[in-house]
Amino acid sequence: MSPDRATPPLLGDETLLYGWGGTAPTRAHLATPLTNADAHHLVSAAPKRGVVARGLGRAYGDAAQNAGGLVLDATALSGIIDADLERGTVTARGGTSLDELMRWLIPRGWFLITPGTRYVTVGGAIASDIHGKGHHVDGTFGNKVQSFRLLTGTGEIRNIHRDTEPDVFWATTGGMGLTGVILDATFELIPTETRFIRVDEERCADLDAMFAAMESSDAEYRYSVAWIDCGARGRHLGRGVLGRGNHAFFDEIPKAKQARAHTFGPRQLAIAPPLMPSGLINSWTVKAFNEFWYRKTRVSHRGSIQDIGLFFHPLDLVDEWNRVYGRRGFVQYQFVVPFGAENTVRQIIEALSNENLPSFLAVLKRFGPENPGMLSFPIPGWTLAVDIPVSRTSLARTLDRFDEMVMQAGGRVYLAKDARTRPENLDTMYPRLPEWRAVRDALDPDHVLNSDLARRLDL
Amino acid sequence: MNDALGSVQSILILGGGSDIALATAHAMVARRCRTVVLAGRDPEAFSGAAKELTKAGASTVERVSFDALDHASHAEFVRGTFDRERDIDLALVAFGVLGDQEQAEHDGAEAIRILDSNFLGAVSVLVPLVEAMKRQGHGTIVVLSSVAGERARRSNFVYGASKAGLDAYCQGLGDSLVGTGVRLMIVRPGFVHSKMTDGLAAAPLATDPQHVADTIITGLGRGSEIVWAPGSLRFVMSALRHVPRVVFRRLPL
Repeated sequence: MSPDRATPPLLGDETLLYGWGGTAPTRAHLATPLTNADAHHLVSAAPKRGVVARGLGRAYGDAAQNAGGLVLDATALSGIIDADLERGTVTARGGTSLDELMRWLIPRGWFLITPGTRYVTVGGAIASDIHGKGHHVDGTFGNKVQSFRLLTGTGEIRNIHRDTEPDVFWATTGGMGLTGVILDATFELIPTETRFIRVDEERCADLDAMFAAMESSDAEYRYSVAWIDCGARGRHLGRGVLGRGNHAFFDEIPKAKQARAHTFGPRQLAIAPPLMPSGLINSWTVKAFNEFWYRKTRVSHRGSIQDIGLFFHPLDLVDEWNRVYGRRGFVQYQFVVPFGAENTVRQIIEALSNENLPSFLAVLKRFGPENPGMLSFPIPGWTLAVDIPVSRTSLARTLDRFDEMVMQAGGRVYLAKDARTRPENLDTMYPRLPEWRAVRDALDPDHVLNSDLARRLDL
Repeated sequence: MNDALGSVQSILILGGGSDIALATAHAMVARRCRTVVLAGRDPEAFSGAAKELTKAGASTVERVSFDALDHASHAEFVRGTFDRERDIDLALVAFGVLGDQEQAEHDGAEAIRILDSNFLGAVSVLVPLVEAMKRQGHGTIVVLSSVAGERARRSNFVYGASKAGLDAYCQGLGDSLVGTGVRLMIVRPGFVHSKMTDGLAAAPLATDPQHVADTIITGLGRGSEIVWAPGSLRFVMSALRHVPRVVFRRLPL
């Protein structure tokens, strides 16, 4: 390959890089390749401590950090390359954000798999094999991907199609960026008539009611997620608000909105200031917030028409919202346990509530079938995600205990969120790890692709 | 790697015979640390400690030779250690001598030995250590200072001077590391019941190595820059700092 420009890209300045949780920053050379040739050059010139691609930095832990090594800021490798709006597929470069894609696709009648934020890249979405409110119907982002081009640690650029090279495909999907840099990907879209979601909301008075409601009628909705009040105790334990919806058809939305049925132009309301004090998110403020959130929802409310942005990405309204946790940051603990292990979910919510751990925006979701991704997180079962500020010393022990409970139930934690699990847990949580390692070692025998997460978990 | 909650996976202990250091190593092994490098003048003497750490769950315990007084060897020592291990997440600078104050007042060689071990030796190894951690892109350095360095006392001012020098050096060094991914925490213990203080009369607010270790763990989790052991010493010392000399030298400290 010959570089497009006369001068090869520089290794870049050394920069302190954080995950979204803001907890364990490390320093690395941050280089911004503008072309695939740049990326190729940089991977070939990677220092001893290796290289990893970084998108928009939404992984909560250390997945897109590489202490003492090289980090490729992939966000300049962005843009839509090709689209087939008849069949509903698009090809986009690895650094393209879902925000950019949605702004282009929604007015054209298409949608895609989205997590709770639009600020993730296509490469990150594949590497973390992200899921959203629609997992029980649509599966993960990886389920929709047909093929991608992968720049491997040996400097090869390979076309990987799910049918012809399933091993590399499913090692990369969920592979945390350790099989290579995703230069571009072709994936299937979801049709939508409007930019609106028809939403039904209901309060569930306790955890059993919540499980029951989701089990009995999730199938009627394309999107479903519950917010749980982790501070509620006793007979209220696990109470929450279940929000579910389907894409609204054109004739379902109010006349006033029909003229702008496809205009997708979400705006941000505010930006969180830097230097927020630690301790703002504490058990008192969280209790007050959770009480308010629960009460503000009517007992049951059907058929409200919500903008896609508001329904899927309420937190995107506030830029840099992670700053509210202050200097010490926060961890998101997200686990999944198989169906039948409802009691584990209950015990963990109970422990959060008993230990008075401030966790607002705890989210419960019922996963659908798993995919062949070797390190993909979702398995059929229940997943709970809680944000907890790093404030007390006992948190480490508490989360270690949760890990044990989750493993006992046959579950796992989500690597894209993780910032603290033990390497010894990985074999139990991800039984296909040896298979993944074999594929990775064949692609990248010298482990040129490396990250803080890979070092910490000994991947 | 350091994790989000301040736990580390590999540690280097300079002064592997120190009771505080070993208590800290055990506390870290209990929190998922798997590699411990014990460095000191007589690594053979660490075999018992190494066995204990292995029993507690460490998968690799290495014993290596390190002489604080042999400044010329320090750069090579650090290079060798970082080449051998995959990463050193945390280094604990725990070596030092109490020395003989009375002798040091008459015998320059003893005074120099105390300063050399506690201050110059520490600075000499900190320089390459910091460089190695910067190259690694992350790391934590914990330095055992002392309340004795906070205000010089008639009864042990040579030791106090050595710790005051070390403490001042580390404050500046810590500030210089902001933004590098490397951080430094100063620990200021009071009187600690240990091998070092065996036979001495305990000072008020005396503590033990286990407590100092717990203080270190808490401080790391909190991202502290200075911790005191026990914590109340911080307030005691901020008062004592302002006591007039004429009164201070008469205090039974």
